Amino acid sequence: MKKLLLGDQAIALGALNAGISGVYAYPGTPSTEITEFIQGSPITKERGIHSRWCTNEKTAMEAALGASYVGKRALVCMKHVGMNVCADPFVNSAMSGVNGGVVVLVADDPSMHSSQNEQDSRFYAKFAMVPSLEPSNQQEAYDMMGYAFELSEQQGLPVMVRVTTRMAHSRAVVEIADAPRAENELSFPKTPGNYVLLPANATRRNKEVIAQQVTLENMACESQYNALIFPEAGKRYEKGVVTCGIAYNYLMETFPDGVPFPVLKITQYPIPKKLIKELADACDQILVLEEGQPIVEELIGGVLGSDKVKGRLTGDVNRTGELTPDTVKAAFGLACEKVYEKSQVVLPRPPALCQGCSHRDVYTALNDVINEYPNAKVFSDIGCYTLGALPPFRTISSCIDMGASITMAKGAADSGLFPAIAVIGDSTFTHSGMTGLLDAINSKASITVVISDNLTTAMTGGQDSAGTGRIESICLGLGVEPEHLRVMLPIPKNHDELCNIIREEIEYKGVSVIVPRRECIQVMNRKLKQKRANKA
Amino acid sequence: MKTDIILAGVGGQGILSIATIIGEAVMNEGLYIKQAEVHGMSQRGGSVESSLRISSDPIYCDLIAEGTADVIISLEPMEALRYTPFLSKEGWIITSSNLFANVPNYPEAEALKAELANYPNVILIDVEGLAAENNMKKSGNMILLGAASKALGLDYALLENAIATVFASKGAEVVEMNKKALAIGVENAK
Repeated sequence: MKKLLLGDQAIALGALNAGISGVYAYPGTPSTEITEFIQGSPITKERGIHSRWCTNEKTAMEAALGASYVGKRALVCMKHVGMNVCADPFVNSAMSGVNGGVVVLVADDPSMHSSQNEQDSRFYAKFAMVPSLEPSNQQEAYDMMGYAFELSEQQGLPVMVRVTTRMAHSRAVVEIADAPRAENELSFPKTPGNYVLLPANATRRNKEVIAQQVTLENMACESQYNALIFPEAGKRYEKGVVTCGIAYNYLMETFPDGVPFPVLKITQYPIPKKLIKELADACDQILVLEEGQPIVEELIGGVLGSDKVKGRLTGDVNRTGELTPDTVKAAFGLACEKVYEKSQVVLPRPPALCQGCSHRDVYTALNDVINEYPNAKVFSDIGCYTLGALPPFRTISSCIDMGASITMAKGAADSGLFPAIAVIGDSTFTHSGMTGLLDAINSKASITVVISDNLTTAMTGGQDSAGTGRIESICLGLGVEPEHLRVMLPIPKNHDELCNIIREEIEYKGVSVIVPRRECIQVMNRKLKQKRANKA
Repeated sequence: MKTDIILAGVGGQGILSIATIIGEAVMNEGLYIKQAEVHGMSQRGGSVESSLRISSDPIYCDLIAEGTADVIISLEPMEALRYTPFLSKEGWIITSSNLFANVPNYPEAEALKAELANYPNVILIDVEGLAAENNMKKSGNMILLGAASKALGLDYALLENAIATVFASKGAEVVEMNKKALAIGVENAK
C-alpha cells in the first residue's frame, strides 16, 4: 500500500508495524508528529498500545526501559535538546542493555527553525556506545524502524534513530507493509544483574559494551543501508564523497546524470572504518556532507588530516545551518543559478503571540508593574511565551532551557537581585520547573513565579499538559504558602487585578506563585470547531 | 514533467491545505512528490513556506535550489516576494493581492504591486474579494489554487478529484463549494 507521509509519520508507522507496545515521548519540534500519529492510529486502539504523553524526556526514556525489561518493544521520541534531559537514562541504558527492543528517535533541528541550538545527537550515540541509524529518505525511515528494533534486540542495546527537520517534516510517498508484527510476549532479562548498575555489574557491562564495538562496526560495514559506490572499479579519483543521512539527496540533486565520484553513503553508525579506508585509498580528497555538526569529518579528518578531508570544518561546506541544494552545489565549486535578488520591499515577519492569547495579558501587566522597579528582571522559559522577548513586549531577559526560568530567578535573587521574576508555562513547569521551585522554597528565595497556565502544551500544537488541573496542588505540595499562591483569569478586563497581584507578590520576601489561567486560544477554537462539526 | 513549487503565506493562512490537494492529485497520477514544510514556532503569525516538488522521475532533494522554482503560490503579496530568489527566470508568481499587514512599516499596496510588475509572469488575484462575492469565505485557498492550476502543469480534473477525496468527510456541499472555488480561480486568472 502506498501512502503520502511526513517523515515523522513514516517513522510512526514503521514503529507500529514493528510491534511496539508503547511510545514514550514529550512533544518537541520536529518530533511531535510521531507520537501524535501513533495516538491516532487504529492499531494503537486495537492493541492498547501506550501512547500518552510523558512529563519529560527522562521519564519517557525510563518508562521505555521498564517496558523493555519485561520484554516489550518501546519507542522513545524527542527533539535534540530533549536528549540532554534524558541523557542520564539513555547513557545508562547502554550499560544495562535492553531486553525488548528500545529505539530512541531523536529529531535534530539544524538551522534552529524552532530550537535554541544545533546540537547533533549522533554525539550522544557515540558517547553511549550504541548503534545509530540515520535514514536518507522517508521510505528508508519507515523500513529502518523494523530494522532498528531487530538490531536492538539482537545486540541487547538501545538503538538511536537520528533524523533532522527536513526528514521529519517532509512528505513523500512511502510503500507500507500490510500487517503489523505481533507484540512481544512478556519475558524477563536473561542476565537480570545487568540492570543493577552497582560498580561490580557496571564494570563488567562497560567491558562487554566496549568489546561489542567491533561487532557494531562490522555490522555497519556490512549493513544493507550503507553503500560504497564506485563509478568505475580500480580507477583513481581526485575526489570521493561521504554522505550521512539526507545529505545523500543533496549530492544526487547536484549530479542528476550520475555522481562522477565514488560515494560512501552512511546511514548506519558507528562509522564503517573499513569502507572509509577503502574510499580514502582510491581518492586524493574526501568531501564529507553531513547534516548538523561535523562529527564524521572530525573523526576521519583527525586521522587523515584536513588537506585530505574536507567539509564543514574546513569551510568547504557551510559550518552552521542545514545543508541546502545550493550549499552542496557550492561545495563542488558549481555555480548557483540565482536569477532574482531578494526584493527590497520585503520586511521580516517574525512569529508573534496569537491575538487573544492569555500570555499577552500576562506580559502587558508585567510590563506595567516592572516599569516601577528599575532593576526588575524577568527570566523566562521555553514555550510560546518566549515570544515575550520580541516587540511589542520585550519583557523577558532569558530563555535557556526547560525550567531555567525559576532556577535562574532564584540564583539571581540569591545574589541580590530585586525583583526576580520567573515566567514559565504549565507544561514546562511540570517538565522541569517543579524541582527548581522546591529549591527556591527550601532556601526561601525571594522570587515571584508566574505560571502562565494555558492548559496545554501550546507551542507544539496543543498536546495534553501533564499537570492540568493540579498546578495549585503541586505548588502547595512543594511548599508554596497558600496565601502566596494566586490564581486569576488573565483577560484585558482583569488587567488591574493582575497588576496588583504582581505588585503584592513582588513585595513578599519569599516564594510566590501567580497562576494566570486561561485556555490556549488555538485549542479553544479547535474545540469549538469540533463541537460545531459534531452538531452538524 | 517536473514542477518545483514554493508555497508561501503567513502562519495560520493555511498554505498546507493547498499542498494537501496538490499532493493528493499527484499521488493519484502516480507521480513522485516531495514536500518540505516547517512546523513549530514559525507558525504564529510569522512567514511560512513549504517546498513542493512533483516529477515523473524520482526526486531526491526535499528542498528547491535558488533560481529554479517554476511556481510561487502565495496567500500574501509580500510573502510571494520574499521567495523570488528561488524563482527561475520564466517562473510564475501566483499570489493573493490581499495584504496581511501585521508588522510595523508594512509596505504600501502600490509598492508591492509595482515590485511584482518586475517579474515576467505574475497573476495577482483578489482571493478574499472573490470568496466574499461568491459566499465561500472558507474556500479562498482553492480559488488561489485554481488560479495557479495552469502553471502547475496538472490536469484540471486531477485537482477536482483531489478536492472530492480530501473534502469527502466534510460532505457533498463542501466538496461542491471547493470545486466551484477552483473554477472561479481558473476563470479569474485569465
